[in-house]
Amino acid sequence: MVWSLFIDGKFDKGQGIDMGVSIFQVAGPIMIGPSSSHTAGAARLGRIAAKLADDFDFVSFGLHGSFAKTGKGHGTDKALLAGVMGIREDDEAISNAYAIADAAKIGYEFHDVDLPGAHENSVRIAFYKNDGLLCLVDGSSLGGGEVRISRIDGYEVELSGNLPTIFVRQQDKRGVISHITTVLADGGINIATMKVSRKNRSEEATCVIEVDDVIEEEILNKMENNPNIYAVKFIKL
Amino acid sequence: MYHSCRQLLEMAETRNVPIHEIVIENEMKHSDMSRAEVMEHMKERYGIMFASAEKALDQPLPTEGSLITGIASNQYRHSQSGATLCGRFINTVMARALSCSEVNASMGKICAMPTAGSCGIVPAVLISVGEKYEKTQEDVINALITATGLGAVVVENATVAGSEGGCQAECGVAAGMAAAGAVELSGGTPAMSMEAFSLALINIMGLVCDPVAGLVQIPCAQRNASQAVNALLSADLALGGSKFPIPTDEVIDAMYKVGKLLPVQLRETAMGGIAATETAKRITDKIFGH
Repeated sequence: MVWSLFIDGKFDKGQGIDMGVSIFQVAGPIMIGPSSSHTAGAARLGRIAAKLADDFDFVSFGLHGSFAKTGKGHGTDKALLAGVMGIREDDEAISNAYAIADAAKIGYEFHDVDLPGAHENSVRIAFYKNDGLLCLVDGSSLGGGEVRISRIDGYEVELSGNLPTIFVRQQDKRGVISHITTVLADGGINIATMKVSRKNRSEEATCVIEVDDVIEEEILNKMENNPNIYAVKFIKL
Repeated sequence: MYHSCRQLLEMAETRNVPIHEIVIENEMKHSDMSRAEVMEHMKERYGIMFASAEKALDQPLPTEGSLITGIASNQYRHSQSGATLCGRFINTVMARALSCSEVNASMGKICAMPTAGSCGIVPAVLISVGEKYEKTQEDVINALITATGLGAVVVENATVAGSEGGCQAECGVAAGMAAAGAVELSGGTPAMSMEAFSLALINIMGLVCDPVAGLVQIPCAQRNASQAVNALLSADLALGGSKFPIPTDEVIDAMYKVGKLLPVQLRETAMGGIAATETAKRITDKIFGH
């Protein structure tokens, strides 16, 4: 969002530049109440996080800040649980999330956590299968239904889900990123943004790539077919 | 393209078209949509607004702590009773605004306008004014687009978040948007729509966001009702023809600056205002079991 300067009673904006805000950001989102941040955003966070995990049978939610304090009154618990089961933020099924999870034999648990430095509306979601941890995702609800995944298995990332996104785990090694971008270029895919993150040199690293188009399975398989690529996930909401 | 109310008004006046025409053309470029797609998207939202403005009129809905359960059906019954001070029209508008708030609090489906907490104001006003003047659905959707175009200016240049600007930024902006749309539906000029927006915002300037127990129920629902009425009276003040000397962009900027001056206790944190009363604290303890 571009903030304007207020000079002599006039908004000083460049002429001819597109209005930065869609009217559907103002009239929207279409959502299940009561709160765009604590309900709609929570459902969206759950939905994105689940796409990073494989099939899971148990999910644990660590609620931070305002999510822990006032989440219950806003149905944040139901929205998160509904989200990880793929229920959209505008689906009235959110209010039946517990019954739906029970029927699908998905276990769940909620507790309070302190995530230092995290946004007020944050959650740490842990996915399990047969008691083994599959994936750990930290995310925040920023208001108006907008969200950001900030950490995946300890790696710092920045993922909004607003564009189709590829999440790659790879060896931090020369030529790996070039392999990834070459596969995309050969597939005719334009990269909108790309962020590489690693904990230490020559260890495992991650790559978040936002693209303009939906990616075919074949391209993702090609990308994964490399000894230095461990996993490729595609997130399209 | 427009980035201010002044630009939006100039473009509408220069071409002698309604405000919604400029807003539609801008959206087609911004979102790379055809005119039909823009209208279809807004029609979908109108449908959800309409349903949420009706749903709680004849049935109380379950809400956390039952804080506002039945508030809309009570008001609707009162509106039909013939024993109202403000008459059937105003009371029906309030009942519709309350219905949207009650649906929202019951985990029902709503369309944020511009936020979930303020989702009842624009639907209640525009549906009711459309009904009063027997306007077509297309006319009401066009008024909705005019309202939303002005809201977009606020989102771009200021804020509509209660946590940033207080209730004036949520319910106040919603009232401004509704007032502008109501003027258009009543046959007023684009300049009158801008004035109505300004008047609604000055009538609420400085209002704090103080949700009891942090829930989007009290006083949010009541303020949806009162700001729907603010929108109507502001529209009538503008339609009366008296000029208001402060331009809308300056009023929006003033609202934004007032919001920044509000202490954090009065910006959606439930630490001040009505949320900090003894009874509100007891309600909070009862719901959250602290």
